[in-house]
Amino acid sequence: MDKNETIPKQIWTFFASVRLTVYLLVLLAVTSIIGTVVLQNGSPQEYIRLYGPGLTNLIKVLQINDMYHAWWFLLLLLLLCINIVVCSVERLSKTWKIIFPDKITVNPGRFSSLKNKEQFTLSKDVGEAAAALEAVLAKKIGPVIRKQTDQGLVLYAEKGRWTRLGVYVVHASVILLLAGALIGALFGFKASLRLDEGSASDTVFAAKTRAPIKLPFSVRCNSFEVRFYDTGAPEEFKSNLTVIEDGQESFSSDILVNHPLRYRGINIFQSSYGTASPGKAVFAITDTQTKQTVSHTIKKGGSVSLPDDRGTFEFEGFIPHFDFRGHNLGEAFVGRISLKDQESFQVALPTKFPTFDRMRKGNFSVEVTSFKQAYYTGLQVTKDPGVWYVYAGFLFMILGCWVTFFISHQSYCLGFEKGQGGQTLVWLAGKSNRNPHGMTLKVKKLATQLKEI
Amino acid sequence: MTSSLLLSAATFIYALASVFYIGSFSFRKPVLARMGFWVIMIGVLANTGGILLRWVESYQMGYGHAPFSNMYESLVFFSWTIAVLYLFVEFKYKESIIGVFVAPLIFLAIAYASFDPSINSKISPLIPALKSNWLIAHVITCFLGYAGFALAFGFSFMYFIKPRDPNATSLFAKLPDWDVIDDLTYQMIVFGFLFLTIGIITGSVWANSAWGKYWSWDPKETWSLITWFVYAIFLHLRLMRGWHGRNLAIVSIVGFVAVLFTYFGVNYLLSGLHSYGG
Repeated sequence: MDKNETIPKQIWTFFASVRLTVYLLVLLAVTSIIGTVVLQNGSPQEYIRLYGPGLTNLIKVLQINDMYHAWWFLLLLLLLCINIVVCSVERLSKTWKIIFPDKITVNPGRFSSLKNKEQFTLSKDVGEAAAALEAVLAKKIGPVIRKQTDQGLVLYAEKGRWTRLGVYVVHASVILLLAGALIGALFGFKASLRLDEGSASDTVFAAKTRAPIKLPFSVRCNSFEVRFYDTGAPEEFKSNLTVIEDGQESFSSDILVNHPLRYRGINIFQSSYGTASPGKAVFAITDTQTKQTVSHTIKKGGSVSLPDDRGTFEFEGFIPHFDFRGHNLGEAFVGRISLKDQESFQVALPTKFPTFDRMRKGNFSVEVTSFKQAYYTGLQVTKDPGVWYVYAGFLFMILGCWVTFFISHQSYCLGFEKGQGGQTLVWLAGKSNRNPHGMTLKVKKLATQLKEI
Repeated sequence: MTSSLLLSAATFIYALASVFYIGSFSFRKPVLARMGFWVIMIGVLANTGGILLRWVESYQMGYGHAPFSNMYESLVFFSWTIAVLYLFVEFKYKESIIGVFVAPLIFLAIAYASFDPSINSKISPLIPALKSNWLIAHVITCFLGYAGFALAFGFSFMYFIKPRDPNATSLFAKLPDWDVIDDLTYQMIVFGFLFLTIGIITGSVWANSAWGKYWSWDPKETWSLITWFVYAIFLHLRLMRGWHGRNLAIVSIVGFVAVLFTYFGVNYLLSGLHSYGG
């Protein structure tokens, strides 16, 4: 770097270097590994358990617990963006004249010494041969430029000059998709919503902070279905949702994994499910002395009188995991028996062990004889106004890569020399800004076609 | 005829092709390498038949999905993509000796699928997340990318064994000219890079329709991005900094190590959204 340069100029030169690009890419590649090895977004306890207190402090200071959003990682991305922009401006200002020249200048000397040069003779005089080949060249390559030189007549044609812009499209696409990601992070959200069958909500909870976010409409889960293969693996999760706007039902829609609901900029995805408390169930209450059983259908929160009016039984709720002396017995109904003149007590009725309550050896035993399994659906709710920029970036990246690597700026030069006996010596050579081997093959092919004129 | 029978046949045919190429190289008999080309062609036919039959069988079992859903199926397809790309390259460049660096890779991929007892070859139903039209586009593009990198990796070894002296008469002097080797590796990496790019993008669009996030820094995603960075570095070093020869070959080998880690390492060592395979 020149010491006499002004500071802004020095900064510009620093960012205009491809060496910087390589260093930044190496740094991004190497540091990205860290986040795949160290637990991301875990709880403080998990870090202490996994890495001990010392390393946990280091992880916190360097924000490795959320590495891809750490200031230093984002700084690397920002530097890469500046690097891309500066490099592109710098190079484009230099190559602009090459891509959009006022007039194409032909320099046959740069072709006649090329390795891919092909030579052949035509049994025509120079004028005839040139006219015939010019027509072919114009058809196969593009507009032909004729030039008379000291060595003889030269024909020049080219195509694909615009493909030199491809690389700038690729680089712009990187900026575009990072901009899209930024827009998404600033103006979008990722949240979750848990809805029991039959219930509705217009408030979702942000994924990281758990902060409530109000939607412009309410969602009701009408039903949830899960189907299994005969192997026991889940086949399909499906929620039937109704969107409610201003108290009015707008429309209903099924959502499945891979088939989200998109409405008013909000996307709702099927992400998980679980069992919810059934709204009602049939309870069989047996008098343990008389062995007489009566059955009642009870709604959640409702209660019935026990036989002979000796008290009441209430269906209090439903828990997904019932812990019995350190064993998880799974889902269980919870009821409360209130005998007259006695303190009431809770009973748990695990669905997997229907006769469980008999072990209590009370005056009454309760058994759940039938209920309809109820589910809750776990929905992922997102809003991402940046996603279209990201998708546009994706499209430009593919197109740009294709143009940059597979289409090239090719120029061909044909030279004519007067040979013996009215024959003409012709040479053909070609240049390309990419893929010299492919160009050699193309020159060979064109030469065979031209020979046959 | 079952798919597993055809795929085992393909495994042995690829093994035979490797023997032909290695034999051709060791005994300096070019005719063996030219035969190797046709042996790989037959292997590809068996491999293709196996994949198609497996597809049909999954429909007969009532699961009905493309055979790209687990480690076994992806390895079989990986073999197929390397083999097809190699046939194209040999046809285009008319250099049959380079098969010695590729045929063993084709064989190893499919042999690993069959012989590693921890890899389940049963046709199993698709989990809900994989039920998408993006599955086929994502898998095909990713594996075309991997195949390009695998070939580039094989070709990179030529930089280390070809003698510098143009008059050398050793076994390795028969390798293609330097500019052909250089062009071959570059073309394979460019091909791989384009398809890896499309593979990552299709995966990302798919993730957005399945989970509502086009990028979630899942280990598989991150490692595919790391791989992409390594090959982006390769391209910048070559095109902008004028790197050539062995130094660049090392970058290509590092890139393929990243590919292997993205493919296998993430599945076995790290956990995440892709833990079901492929």
